[in-house]
Amino acid sequence: MTPKMTPNLQLTPDGRLRHLLTLDGLPKRILTEILDTAQSFVSVGERDVKKVPLLRGKAVFNVFFENSTRTRTTFEIAAKRLSADVVNLNVSASSQSKGETLLDTVSNLSAMLADMFVVRHSAAGAAHLIARHVAPHIHVINAGDGRSAHPTQGLLDMFTIRHYKGDFHNLRVAIVGDILHSRVARSQIHALTTLGCPEVRVIAPRTLLPRDVSGMGVHVFHRLEEGLKDVDVVMMLRLQNERMQGARLPSAGEYYKHWGLTPASLKHARPDAIVMHPGPMNRGVEIDSAVADGGQSVILPQVTYGIAVRMAVMSLVAGANS
Amino acid sequence: MKMAIRKGRVIDPASGLDQVQDVFVAAGRVVGLGTAPADFHAGIEIDASGLVVCPGLVDMSLRLREPGLEYVAGLESEMQAASAGGITSLACPPDTDPPLDEPGLIEMLKFRARSMPGPRVYPVGALTHQLKGERLTEMGELHEAGCIAFSQADAPLIDTAVLFHAMEYAASFALPVWLRPEDSFLARGGVAHDGLVAARLGLPAIPVPAETVALQTILLLMRQTGARVHIARLSSRAAVDMVRQAKAAGLPVTCDVAIHHVHLSEMDTADFNPHCHLVPPLRSLRDRDAIRQALADGVIDAICSDHAPVDEDVKERPFQEAEPGATGAELLLPLTLRWGREAGLSLLQTLDKVTHRPARIMGIGAGYLQVGGPADLCVFDPEGIWQVSAESLLSLGKNSPYLGHEMLGRVHYTVIDGHLDYRRP
Repeated sequence: MTPKMTPNLQLTPDGRLRHLLTLDGLPKRILTEILDTAQSFVSVGERDVKKVPLLRGKAVFNVFFENSTRTRTTFEIAAKRLSADVVNLNVSASSQSKGETLLDTVSNLSAMLADMFVVRHSAAGAAHLIARHVAPHIHVINAGDGRSAHPTQGLLDMFTIRHYKGDFHNLRVAIVGDILHSRVARSQIHALTTLGCPEVRVIAPRTLLPRDVSGMGVHVFHRLEEGLKDVDVVMMLRLQNERMQGARLPSAGEYYKHWGLTPASLKHARPDAIVMHPGPMNRGVEIDSAVADGGQSVILPQVTYGIAVRMAVMSLVAGANS
Repeated sequence: MKMAIRKGRVIDPASGLDQVQDVFVAAGRVVGLGTAPADFHAGIEIDASGLVVCPGLVDMSLRLREPGLEYVAGLESEMQAASAGGITSLACPPDTDPPLDEPGLIEMLKFRARSMPGPRVYPVGALTHQLKGERLTEMGELHEAGCIAFSQADAPLIDTAVLFHAMEYAASFALPVWLRPEDSFLARGGVAHDGLVAARLGLPAIPVPAETVALQTILLLMRQTGARVHIARLSSRAAVDMVRQAKAAGLPVTCDVAIHHVHLSEMDTADFNPHCHLVPPLRSLRDRDAIRQALADGVIDAICSDHAPVDEDVKERPFQEAEPGATGAELLLPLTLRWGREAGLSLLQTLDKVTHRPARIMGIGAGYLQVGGPADLCVFDPEGIWQVSAESLLSLGKNSPYLGHEMLGRVHYTVIDGHLDYRRP
């Protein structure tokens, strides 16, 4: 017997997006709505006055229990373009070290009249926990929780793929690298399978794959060249420094030799394949500079689209109020 | 005080008795079944019609959180909770603060337990000093102080030589060693079963070999040392199969499972519910089904509550940071009954797992209901419905995967040593 099922935390009773915690289990209609809304925001960034008033008077708290520059900055820019007031908190350095619990920190911030929390935390499920405990008018956006999910990264990757490839129905996509420890990979897999991508591959040594990963609907490859054969999209993952040597990998050099994306290995993919990376890159470890800066790379556009996608997510969850 | 419990369905798994009849109690013993002894005048009359009268439950793992963890729970609350759950004898693991590794601590615990109502308390002593896995405890002294067995609770024992010698030493006194099989290296940092749910959610995983590698080591050392070994808290199908084979080969090993692992699986952790963060982790549905089957066919001897009251402050956290454990004293009976019903077993077969079998493993004269035996009884309504809630639980630990759920099977009276220890309000 299963304990009481909690209703889908992320959706309002009438099926609109209330929080964005994970792409796992989010319906295709919501993903598509976010991507379409993001499309309408791309042009905002190209105008002289890069602002729309959708979140005027709202307070967005960027609460980062774990360090981040890029993600926090793009959330900040996105919130400001929506005319919100933005507060950045680096909590790892303050209250947590004084022993305050996560929920106490969040209650205190709620008392400062926050309307939206953008949360990054080192533990899987942290954003879920917060979403279960905040007042009904407060929205939570997960900016990365442990190895679990990084939904806005997954969405901006989908936006990028759709931009270059049109749609998902005839695509072969390969995700390469440390799947086991990657919240980005999990969000990418959930998004791709939901959006109807017929073939998602993961390519990694066995030590960097979760045991039952094929249960997530992906094809598993251990050799880069085999896995890249005829793919339309190559999504590289960052290899954390602390994992380059140890019980799971012998050295960065051996990793690069077998799983690093080079001009030679990229030749196995389709000639029009695009190359993506969530950043920050380790050049010469998971990716060769000639590929990262080459004609097939869409790594910098990913960053730009990240702002439009985060604007879309923030405006949609805020709209779920009315 | 003499007591007559009338018209109940009297069930004794030890003797196979299942019959509606009266039970007569005097001076802490059962003095009559069916017919009262001559000149018997009951001071207390209990009408048990429609109820089951069985031996009080015997729980092989129930944390009282004393000494040292009284801010979470304590003897008073947890013994009351156990009694309300129909438990009349319990073994408490040594994972207190300090751990139960000195005779003085055992004497104090037993003294405190005797000074208040509630179940009989049987401490399990620490196998190693401070549970650090380095130095043996004074098992001889601890046994004389009242320890019935020795264990590491959930603390790691990394050094196989220490484990080997601890088993040899315990065998010198013929003392039982209770071990939960877990390889600390393979389990390190993990919080969830290494399966589909952990893969999806990105939870650090504990692979099945963490259990089987350690179990194989224990079984080999058991053969070598002749130690009396009880395997605690099995979680995987592979480990269950290993115990099945060891038993078939004649090894006198016994084992138990915690009640939550009889019903729940990794699927129940899919929404990051910290109440389902347990030790060992909830594994796959296949593992759970193998546990249920092994209980039914006798490979798994006993079910325990593995009662672990946990403070809300350390439970309401992200899954991997939440303190593991679930409150279980008051759920052991209804959840065991649920398993028996679902498995199509009789009450005799079902209750055996929480009365006669654990009592025999513990080596205590309890867990049976016969004339001349101890008057430790549980009187419950098998059809009684109640709801699990912070208010309905007497334990100070409100940490349950079953909060908000209805339970079938409700204790009405608990008799311990001939005294009415609990009466449903």
